[in-house]
Amino acid sequence: MSGLTTFSATEIARRVAARDVSAEEVARAHLARIAEADGGIDAFLHVAAERAVAKAREVDAAIAAGGTAPPLAGVPVAVKDVLDIQDLPTTCGSRILDGYRPPFTATAVARLEAAGAVVLGKTNMDEFAMGSSTENSAFKPTRNPWARDRVPGGSSGGSAAAVAAGMAAAALGTDTGGSIRQPAAMCGVVGLKPTYGRVSRYGLVAFASSLDQIGPIARSVEDVARMAEALCGWDPRDATSARMDVPAFVSGLRADARGLRIGVPWKFLAAGVDEAIMTAFRAAIDAFRAAGAVVVEVDLPHVSHAIATYYIVATAEASSNLARYDGVRYGLRAGQGADLRRMYGETRDRGFGPEVKRRIILGTFVLSSGYYDAYYLRAQKVRTLIRRDFEQALTESDVIATPTTPSPAFRLGEKTADPLQMYLADIFTVPANLAGIPGLSLPCGLAEELPAGLQLLGRPFDEATLLRAGHAYQSVTNHHLARPPQGGSR
Amino acid sequence: MARVTVETVDHVAQLAHLSLTPEERETFARQLDEILAYAESIQALETHDVEPMSHAFTFEVMREDAPAPELPREQVLAAAPDAEGGLFRVPKVIGG
Repeated sequence: MSGLTTFSATEIARRVAARDVSAEEVARAHLARIAEADGGIDAFLHVAAERAVAKAREVDAAIAAGGTAPPLAGVPVAVKDVLDIQDLPTTCGSRILDGYRPPFTATAVARLEAAGAVVLGKTNMDEFAMGSSTENSAFKPTRNPWARDRVPGGSSGGSAAAVAAGMAAAALGTDTGGSIRQPAAMCGVVGLKPTYGRVSRYGLVAFASSLDQIGPIARSVEDVARMAEALCGWDPRDATSARMDVPAFVSGLRADARGLRIGVPWKFLAAGVDEAIMTAFRAAIDAFRAAGAVVVEVDLPHVSHAIATYYIVATAEASSNLARYDGVRYGLRAGQGADLRRMYGETRDRGFGPEVKRRIILGTFVLSSGYYDAYYLRAQKVRTLIRRDFEQALTESDVIATPTTPSPAFRLGEKTADPLQMYLADIFTVPANLAGIPGLSLPCGLAEELPAGLQLLGRPFDEATLLRAGHAYQSVTNHHLARPPQGGSR
Repeated sequence: MARVTVETVDHVAQLAHLSLTPEERETFARQLDEILAYAESIQALETHDVEPMSHAFTFEVMREDAPAPELPREQVLAAAPDAEGGLFRVPKVIGG
């Protein structure tokens, strides 16, 4: 990685605004980097080179005409292929959307483009965002830029890998149970899951509607804050988007953590976390102390039930959301000429991969007559208990810190045969989705030569405090400046 | 606790309009049984007086009932596997 592809999003926006470099040069440098590096990583499903250059020229023309440069002027971004961009394919990593080109653009993408960002293409993902390794893509697995025999995490693995490998300065991901934070941690980059309702989901293909949230991935907290500022805000096209003011995240960043109370749920971390990850985590807590933060212990008595709760709630919602793929309105149709029921069955059998089928079956089961009360209703009640845990803990602290993942990136194929083991890797990330609160993951060093992630969780609609804490950490540490070894270490 | 059998999977697959191969039926029955056994932990919690939570926050969802332009019909139908005369075409539903 050299030259323009090493610049942060903030640096690119500043230089493009100053006409020190053009948005077109930046776009072309990143497209060249994709052509050179993506063969070994497979982060992208679709590169929209012509469109990117055309959009970059528009940004340059507007600045040349004397307009005020927008906040993301010329910043090259990659978009997870679960977000619609008019006339580009949307696959969701699935065969069932074969040939689909949406007639509209997601609000999140439109807002980035309005802020001057340049979309490079669509990134690989676990099918319908169901997975923690990007191995559930119907097209190809993505490889971790730090080590090619390792997964990049998931489900936004393509987006995190693209940013880590310098193929994009920033990216969009989505997070239903950790799908922004977990791949960000495993690829050594920064990812923010905003509060539920903070970012419009118009144009996002739904997985679990009470949990899904769109958010940015970049190489520093400052870049993520800049992206979040453009992304957040109410949208009349999404009834679940919140009418809440969005503070100026970037100008609110501070270099120190004085007065910040960091809560650590030590009991929750007592078992099942790799020693190398815990060592990096403890060092991060020490760095916060040194930067002026106060560290307190908090208790989250019900979070040990988060995985069970999540896989009931999320699959129930998914089974309902994915009922729309029936071969009638878009995408694949199989069993043409058969009767309607056979056409539905064959389309869905041919179009969906194993993990999606497994979750549809599980979700349909927990909603079915005789099991609804014992599973779905009970999980919804436990969800209330988990939310209350966080409400209480976040009166005693401003930010809760945990590792993002219990172990560093695992090997391709290591967990594919055992779905429950794959689910358990999400233990630290799913609670935030159940509670609806924001979460930030940032690099906190290496564990066995692979990135370790620090997760910070905050109060609803208080991304500002999370970002301030993350930026303070990055002001006193250098972990976010570490880059993958050339070609991957092995 | 519920034990998931191949028959359970067949019943649920039918509800979900999914055709499954014989191997998938066996594998899913075993895996779902394991997942539900793990999820059994929540059965022990006292939840009698706890309100179920369906969304993180309640937003004001009412809006003005004002007509606004929507996507043109032709553009929407262009994405369909089969369309004719402004309609989606599907296999015959009614017998006879």
